[in-house]
Amino acid sequence: MTTLAPTKTQGKAAPAAPPGRLRRALSTHWYAWTMVAPVVLVLAVIIGYPLVRGLYLSLTDATEANVARDIGMNHIPATYKFVGLDNYTAVLSDSVFWSRLGWTVVWTVACVGITFTLGLVLANLLNRKLKGRTFYRLALILPWAIPAFISVFTWRMLYNEKNGLLNKILQGGGIDAVPWLNDPTWAKLSVIAVNVWLGVPFMLVALLGGLQSIPGELYEAAEMDGASAWQRFRNITVPSLRSVSSTVILLSTIWTFNMFPVIFLLTRGGPGDATEILVTYAYRLSFIDSPRNFSESAAWGVLILLLLSVVAVVYRRSLRKQGEVW
Amino acid sequence: MREKKRSPLASTGLHATLIAAAVVAVFPPLWLLVTSFKPKNDAFTTEPVTDFTLANYTHVLADTSFLTWFGNSVVIVGVTTVLGVFLAATTGYAVSRFRFPGMRPLMWLLLITQMFPVAVLIVPLYNLLASLGLLNQPAGLVVTYLTIAVPFCAWMMKGFFDTIPVEIDESGRVDGLNPFGTFWRLVLPLARPGLAVTGFYTFVTAWAEVAYASAFMTGEENLTLAGGLQTFVSQYNNDWGSMTAAAVIVAVPAAAVFAFAQRHLVSGLTAGTTKG
Repeated sequence: MTTLAPTKTQGKAAPAAPPGRLRRALSTHWYAWTMVAPVVLVLAVIIGYPLVRGLYLSLTDATEANVARDIGMNHIPATYKFVGLDNYTAVLSDSVFWSRLGWTVVWTVACVGITFTLGLVLANLLNRKLKGRTFYRLALILPWAIPAFISVFTWRMLYNEKNGLLNKILQGGGIDAVPWLNDPTWAKLSVIAVNVWLGVPFMLVALLGGLQSIPGELYEAAEMDGASAWQRFRNITVPSLRSVSSTVILLSTIWTFNMFPVIFLLTRGGPGDATEILVTYAYRLSFIDSPRNFSESAAWGVLILLLLSVVAVVYRRSLRKQGEVW
Repeated sequence: MREKKRSPLASTGLHATLIAAAVVAVFPPLWLLVTSFKPKNDAFTTEPVTDFTLANYTHVLADTSFLTWFGNSVVIVGVTTVLGVFLAATTGYAVSRFRFPGMRPLMWLLLITQMFPVAVLIVPLYNLLASLGLLNQPAGLVVTYLTIAVPFCAWMMKGFFDTIPVEIDESGRVDGLNPFGTFWRLVLPLARPGLAVTGFYTFVTAWAEVAYASAFMTGEENLTLAGGLQTFVSQYNNDWGSMTAAAVIVAVPAAAVFAFAQRHLVSGLTAGTTKG
């Protein structure tokens, strides 16, 4: 019989075994496997292959100049060769990588921290009886309903140094124009602000969904026992949200770390390379710089993947210590 | 609901906070809307609309392939959303309820797919789709979008299923339902808020995706909105007027789907269980 959730530690992966055992595993788990099969298949093909290919490229010296290509009627075969870990040693001994990593970490921590806090506060404010709740909810989630490239475009309009609305308003108050996207420090603050603006609705919806699935009786019982609002929040809301919030924090860390569109469309990584995070730099290497350097870009990509894997493992481990198991 | 009478001070604070947040959230899209009704040379004026005009809209709708792109997007994103929600729900349910061999690797797989940057996947993926004959085909984009949206949605659904008491599954089993029946007839209806959130998420993600759409689809009649608008940006470099009008039209369906999901969120899981 398949065990249900409460007995969480049961059913460790059965080692590949003689046919009898395999048949038994099949008959026990076939519906679980059937349910996940389509996803596994699609992921294996669409992510698995490019991933392996990317890994391979990172171990070669492939650039625009030596990959297979067609010029007119002529097909030129690839001439790049295997170079082992050369790309990695080159990247890791380059200060560009470390300075980009530093800013990427600041960017990720700032964005996720601010976004999660705002999302949690607003979700709690909204998850109660109050006049105009539907209106507030609609208004607060609105930024998510609008495609990001359009919002970013709008923010560029607002940030525009000479004509943008923000500076015109400041001017009205007698304050000098702020170089929102043209000064390294301001540009960093500006991209973080836009990313938070884009990210709060997601947190809000996820946490609100979590809050709404907490049975109201829990709160009623606690209230009858004389628990204060803070105690109810600490002892009912927070533990009940654990599953949803641990997921959204981890995912939003990963997404923010790799948040390509916001930075690319808002500042193109500039001014200079002030707002360039690891991903936009990897993109620059393989799509903008000339000659396009596929192998070094792939090495950056693999390093990003490794860094994020470490973060995910550490995060999961700390959660498991608190009793969350999978 | 449970709330007792709030003190006037707390009430004012609550509303003030929410109003401030709402203004920040709504203002940029609102300003975009306002600007789209201005003649294009006035795009940067600070006044609200003085000479109201629909010229930007008629130009976008009549003189460009905008409507074709719109149709393409609706088809691709629609199919993605339906398939995505279904796959996310089955996967999420399996991971939430069953301890089966391969589950932990699967959780990691779902997580790791989020980590590899688009910028690095895009070139190999392009070659792969080309060799499968899926380039320039709606199916190619649908499959790609599923790989972006489903891993996260499956995680999300797992979270929602975790909050649904296991006793419900057990009662289904006692009544002689097989695991699929239990999932389909008992648990899924209770997970409606989760489904609404994942559906909305899948839709918005696919609707707003730019990088893959512009790389995999070529030829004016095959483009989706995101790809189409990219040609717009270069074509109408400083024509902020047309851009704002196009942006507003693109945002409308997303907002509509959002309104629909919102309704389900409000009805909520708590209401569902207490009624039953």
